[in-house]
Amino acid sequence: MHALDFDYMAGLVPILLGYLPLTLGMAAAGMICALLLSCLLAVIRVSRVPGLNGAALLFISFFRGTPLLVQLFLFYYGLPQIFSFLVSINGITATIMGLTLHFSAYMAESIRAAIIGIDRSQTEAALSIGMTRAQLMRRIILPQATRVATPTLMNYFIDMIKSTSLAFTLGVTELMGATQKEAAGSFLYFEAFLVVAVIYWVIVEALSWLQKWLEQRLNRAYQR
Amino acid sequence: MIALSGLTKRFGDHTVLDHIDLELERGEIIVVIGPSGTGKSTLLRCINFLETPDAGQLTVGELSFDVTRATKRDILALRRRTAFVFQNYALFAHRTALENIAESMIVVQGMAKAEAHRRARAILERIGLADRADAFPAALSGGQQQRVGIGRAMATGAEVILFDEPTSALDPEWVEEVLTLMKQLATERQTMIVVSHEMQFARDVADRVVFMDGGRLIEQAPPHELFTRPRDERTRTFLRKVLASAPQPES
Ligand SMILES: Nc1ncnc2c1ncn2[C@@H]1O[C@H](COP(=O)(O)OP(=O)(O)OP(=O)(O)O)[C@@H](O)[C@H]1O
Ligand SMILES: [Mg+2]
Repeated sequence: MHALDFDYMAGLVPILLGYLPLTLGMAAAGMICALLLSCLLAVIRVSRVPGLNGAALLFISFFRGTPLLVQLFLFYYGLPQIFSFLVSINGITATIMGLTLHFSAYMAESIRAAIIGIDRSQTEAALSIGMTRAQLMRRIILPQATRVATPTLMNYFIDMIKSTSLAFTLGVTELMGATQKEAAGSFLYFEAFLVVAVIYWVIVEALSWLQKWLEQRLNRAYQR
Repeated sequence: MIALSGLTKRFGDHTVLDHIDLELERGEIIVVIGPSGTGKSTLLRCINFLETPDAGQLTVGELSFDVTRATKRDILALRRRTAFVFQNYALFAHRTALENIAESMIVVQGMAKAEAHRRARAILERIGLADRADAFPAALSGGQQQRVGIGRAMATGAEVILFDEPTSALDPEWVEEVLTLMKQLATERQTMIVVSHEMQFARDVADRVVFMDGGRLIEQAPPHELFTRPRDERTRTFLRKVLASAPQPES
């Protein structure tokens, strides 16, 4: 057993923080795409769009029923063998795609539950003033549903940030990939991975704090 | 002019509306009364296509169609010519009083937001809620919410406003302010069909009172006539019951 090399750890922090924008960027991009896709899936499920409903169910079932790592490998290593135009897909794009599809399957179910929770009379009111179904969804239902679902969606975002570390298996040098390289160079595995663990931990704690604050604000919303 | 002819609605094998014929002139105010479960709400909901009727012809102004052949376009056009005031207000919870009223002007009529808000403010003025423009529904009393509900209906510019028991869900203390607003609309000759148990309101405001029972229009007449000389036995029985249980009008 050797003593922890604190100088090494302190020196590692700024190096690793340099990869934070990529990690957070992939999570943010994945989250935005997943929000759009999950809203679409939720609307299809709620309105039982014929044909599409079955497809949405299958999609959700598959992406919830298989590990994210398997999905990432499937996209990055598997798909280009079938579709040659995907040969140039890079690890970052594949990661964002994987995060989007995987998490939208979960988020769709949260948003669907939130939509169902909205009083049906608001739907009738919107229709009675002449709104189309699409206007009803966009202006009345989704703004309220995403708000109700926000705390849950924040959880998925936190999960997504941690999941970006899988990108390193696709050869992306993000936070985790960079740590791996540093550790391999110095042989100080424990120190390196401890530092990266603490960095993830701090980010997640900060977001949890933000989440609590947001939840309190949301509970007070619409009371003015 | 608004006309229903042969309007029929079934839920399963229960015929809730049985060949209803009804005509209204522009500016006419009709109050529909009748026992519970008789199809009064269903009638209003069919006129707004919140329920899809099974047979009949619907006419509102220049728009007229056979309900069995209604296209999406017919339904939208119908809804733009009719507005609905709900028993439970059904306000958009995430929109302020002002935004609730402005919504149809922005989304349905395609008006610019600033103009819609200007007009919504004018409506808030008329319904006596100018000072509550930025309040969300949850912060309003029942009476205020229902007045916003009426304001939202007014904003659509609909040819007829359908009221489904607009005061039934209200605490007694708020009933009067809503009825007052409806009377104000009546004096402005807003065409309305009102389902209500407020007999005094029917007496004061209606041009015609329609009595429904078992999915049929049993009789219709100006209020003084219907209330004093009902022709049908069922009307008599109903009136005896509600007038006996109703609080005596204050003098
Ligand atoms: N969605 C529905 N499915 C099945 N039956 C329905 C539905 N809506 C209404 N009904 C039935 O149709 C009949 C008429 O209902 P409706 O609500 O129109 O009556 P109403 O005259 O408005 O009664 P109330 O005075 O209690 O409001 C009732 O027997 C009711 O149970
Ligand atoms: Mg009713």
